[in-house]
Amino acid sequence: MNKIAEIFASLDYGPAPESPEPALAWLAAHSGKFGQFINGKWTKPGKTFASDNPATNKKLADITDGTAADVDKAVKAARAAFPAWSALSGYERGKYLYAIARLVQKHSRLFSVLESMDNGKPIRESRDIDIPLVARHFYHHAGWAQHLDREFPGMAPYGVCGQIIPWNFPLLMLAWKIAPALAAGNTVVLKPAEFTSLTALLFAEIVEKAKLPPGVVNIITGEGGTGAALVNHPDVDKIAFTGSTEVGKIIRAATAGTGKGLSLELGGKSPYIVFDDADLDSAIEGLVDAIWFNQGQVCCAGSRLLVQESIEDRFIVKLKTRMATLRVGDPLDKAVDIGALVAQVQVERVRDLVKQGVAEGGQLYEPDIEMPKTGCFLKPALMTHVSPANSVVTEEIFGPVLVAMSFRTPEEAVALANNTKYGLASTVWTENINLALDIAPKIKAGVVWINGTNNFDAAVGFGGYKESGFGREGGKEGMGAYLKPAWEKTLKPFAAPKAEKATVALDNHDGIDQTAKMYIGGKQARPDSGYSRPVHGPGGELVGEVGDGNRKDIRNAVEAARAGLGWGTATAHSRAQILYFLGENLEYRSGEFAERIREQTGESVASAHKEVAASVERLFAFAGWADKYDGAVHNPPSHTIAIAMVEPIGVMGIVAPPSRPLLGAIALLAPALAMGNPVVLVPSEKSPLSVTDLYQVIETSDVPAGVVNIVTGTSASLAKTLAEHDGVDALWFAGDAATSTMVEKASIGNLKQTWTSRGLYYDLSDKQKFEGDYFLRRATQVKNVWVPYGA
Amino acid sequence: MTLRVVDTPAPTKPVKAVHPPARNPGFPLDLDWVGRVRMNRSALERRAGTIGSRRTVKKEWQAAWLLRAITLMDLTTLNSDDTPGRVERLCAKARHPLMREIVDGLGVGDLTIQPAAVCVYHAFVATAVKALEGTNIPVAAVSTAFPHGLAPMDTKLREIEESVAAGAKEIDIVIERHMVLNGDWQALYDQIKAFRKACGDAHIKTILGTGELATLNNVAKASLVCMLAGADFIKTSTGKEKVNATLPTSLAMIRMIRWFVEETGVEIGYKPAGGISSAKTALDYMALMKEELGTHWLQPHLFRFGASSLLTDIERQLEHNLTGHYAADYRIPMV
Repeated sequence: MNKIAEIFASLDYGPAPESPEPALAWLAAHSGKFGQFINGKWTKPGKTFASDNPATNKKLADITDGTAADVDKAVKAARAAFPAWSALSGYERGKYLYAIARLVQKHSRLFSVLESMDNGKPIRESRDIDIPLVARHFYHHAGWAQHLDREFPGMAPYGVCGQIIPWNFPLLMLAWKIAPALAAGNTVVLKPAEFTSLTALLFAEIVEKAKLPPGVVNIITGEGGTGAALVNHPDVDKIAFTGSTEVGKIIRAATAGTGKGLSLELGGKSPYIVFDDADLDSAIEGLVDAIWFNQGQVCCAGSRLLVQESIEDRFIVKLKTRMATLRVGDPLDKAVDIGALVAQVQVERVRDLVKQGVAEGGQLYEPDIEMPKTGCFLKPALMTHVSPANSVVTEEIFGPVLVAMSFRTPEEAVALANNTKYGLASTVWTENINLALDIAPKIKAGVVWINGTNNFDAAVGFGGYKESGFGREGGKEGMGAYLKPAWEKTLKPFAAPKAEKATVALDNHDGIDQTAKMYIGGKQARPDSGYSRPVHGPGGELVGEVGDGNRKDIRNAVEAARAGLGWGTATAHSRAQILYFLGENLEYRSGEFAERIREQTGESVASAHKEVAASVERLFAFAGWADKYDGAVHNPPSHTIAIAMVEPIGVMGIVAPPSRPLLGAIALLAPALAMGNPVVLVPSEKSPLSVTDLYQVIETSDVPAGVVNIVTGTSASLAKTLAEHDGVDALWFAGDAATSTMVEKASIGNLKQTWTSRGLYYDLSDKQKFEGDYFLRRATQVKNVWVPYGA
Repeated sequence: MTLRVVDTPAPTKPVKAVHPPARNPGFPLDLDWVGRVRMNRSALERRAGTIGSRRTVKKEWQAAWLLRAITLMDLTTLNSDDTPGRVERLCAKARHPLMREIVDGLGVGDLTIQPAAVCVYHAFVATAVKALEGTNIPVAAVSTAFPHGLAPMDTKLREIEESVAAGAKEIDIVIERHMVLNGDWQALYDQIKAFRKACGDAHIKTILGTGELATLNNVAKASLVCMLAGADFIKTSTGKEKVNATLPTSLAMIRMIRWFVEETGVEIGYKPAGGISSAKTALDYMALMKEELGTHWLQPHLFRFGASSLLTDIERQLEHNLTGHYAADYRIPMV
């Protein structure tokens, strides 16, 4: 029988190869050897390492392993290019971005083929997903560049941005980093991952073709050491990193105290929830896009299936049937679903994790499908009979392995979904919109996809909660991550203001001795230590005593604050009412609070009254904000709306500044509360009585228990306990530089978001700066909920 | 035969058809099952939208698939200006769907490459039967007041009986869309059941007019009710609606076919019709069938294209496959 007749009977697919020739020709034109792209010029290749095609294990090219000197040269070039680049009008910068977008489109197939050869991902994905999204990102940010002044008044670029990207979406992650950085007016030194440098090098040629001024974009190839040199370079103003949580923590620690901006997009173990009223076949197909997209090497991969128990059996059978029709093979074959993992070391890593999962009692299912004989390929895999106590359920596998569990109720689905240190993405399948929109806000993740998965768009922010990192890429919030208030660059070191001499005698509290306690969970609490610490006035006289708080008091306060997390789901209107009431009650006692300020600081009557009045005004300001700092609705290019919801971060620690004992605390407390965060507040170490007086106002203002907790004591040691506490989601520290550094370093346990004043003087009475967006933005995180539609 | 419980685990592989394939015996109307149908349009569009970029066949594979496509075709003419002469020309093309040079060039003279049926209005059934004498190509007749279906019931039953008497082996009936739009499933069920009875041994294809059913949930529910009532095939469109066969609609329907075989063990055929005129589109449909229902479904008793100009394009592609240069349609014997 002839071949056609045979196929006529079998209806097999056969090979459908995309030609590697143009990409090979491009490599050959560079003699298969690459230097660095610095200051618009190519350096001679230095010491190199091999970059392999993981599908064939054959070498593609030799890549230069960047040295610290290379990095320095690149940073210097970026620094030199910064003034002119940032001084260009947004329109001018936008035109460059537009040119890049067009050039990427013009050379899209070469990019796609090169990407698939270098990374191992199927050509369908690089051709239909990665590269089009790259072009889309540059188009989108061309627009931002032009509208920057209108949309971000008073904001300025950081300067030189060091950007480190992973190997799973090489060119796409480059675009996510470079487009907003350039739009904002920053210059860039970017290091691609060592496994996948090639499309970044091809991109450098695009940069040349677009005639970007030299030094605006610099590409430094290399391994971990090169990245470390970039992170540690003193003249880099911001680091943006996408990669593993492990490395993210190292970078957080390394940048602590340097004042460098930082955004981290890290790992995940994203839940994929299927309710019994879902379109099950579509939910199965969604899983293919969730966990077998890019061989499962996706930070936001839907890797934890949570399926309602009533449909579990049927769903798993459907899933196994579907897995058997997945095609694993040559990434350059147009009809392949799963390509090669990026490198053999990743294959081994996945195998080890699976082995461990099986050893722990998991049942492994792999379909009986044809596999390539050589190359870094793995079968799609499903692990059932696992629970949150299994390592395969908690660890990010970063491979084509799905773990499956069941749940009984929506509440249990949410509990299981959130039972992870990560919080990048999540998927919810149900045909009930009420249920979907009830679940979406409850999942602690930066992205929620309803009835779909792995949707991306430049207009919609992407980024994590918890240990999945902080900062966003895409959307307005992503644009904002490359800008900071222009005035931040003019801050001066903090010098304790000289207290004015008290000109009027203080009222004497010579009645009954007042005992300032701490305030935890809505109750006044004695310090665990049983010790008190004195509070002295400006002349050294004893004006009172407060509890000497220790780590156990912080522990208790955080417990109480976590129990108060419901504050974040209270209506914004009710939070506003309570803040107004707090302000009203404070004003009622303003004379008394002014006196207390004077006792502790020796300020003038007028100045003390001014501080109280400003504190009341600040409470009113944020009461007003509570129901106005809203999100947005995006229209990505599909039948979908994406709701950018502004959510509280969670439990916040606030260490108030030493000066302005009342306003300093209120200025930080009010925005945190307005946005729904319960707070553990550490008052000024020197003058804590203004805040301990406050709990009586709190008690009379309908503030729910646990929403404000006050622990007095030594700022630095309490800040350390807060920074190390995994139950604290964000920490603001206003104080000296050394403690600020410590706070940032110690925050890596759960990668909490930090704001520190780093020994600089923030004049918190400045309404223009601090009565709005500055702290609101830091008290919130944006979650994007994708809601598709269609009858 | 009784229905199994809907939620029992599905068999891991589709049930293999026994030869000759057993016809759908029909089942009681199960409104609970109808109520469980969920079709999410955006998800179906996403799946359907990527099938053509996830699967493709090249070279010999493409040739073989296109040859198979011819055997899955209901070669159709359904125009108000049809005449016996036009129908005879269509039947002549059905006898010789491919130029000799192509058949010989591809070396597939041993394969029987002919359309699955010829589909005409009742008025031309006898003409077609005569024109196809000596072949085993059956004649299909559209029926029951095609394309709207809104004639009196006894008129419609009579039309079926007349067509069967005239030699039609397959009857493509149309459903009354208002029954779907108003959720009158019992009426729809009863009507299809009556049509099926009138068909006797002739196979019944139920045309849903999907472009007029508003939602994919309606399409899926109507599919299920027709299958329960005894349809041998479910078919998208008359070709006369504003929107005819689409991949998302097809996905909704073939997933119902899959669910039906999981529950009953009975295999139902699928026929997209209207607007399928390019070889590439035909291959996308075949890939969708293969992916969702398995290669087994790509047989004439389980899958048909309702088409007319499609054959010309397939023939051109086959010629290109053979010669390496592009073909012009005027050189291909017209349908």
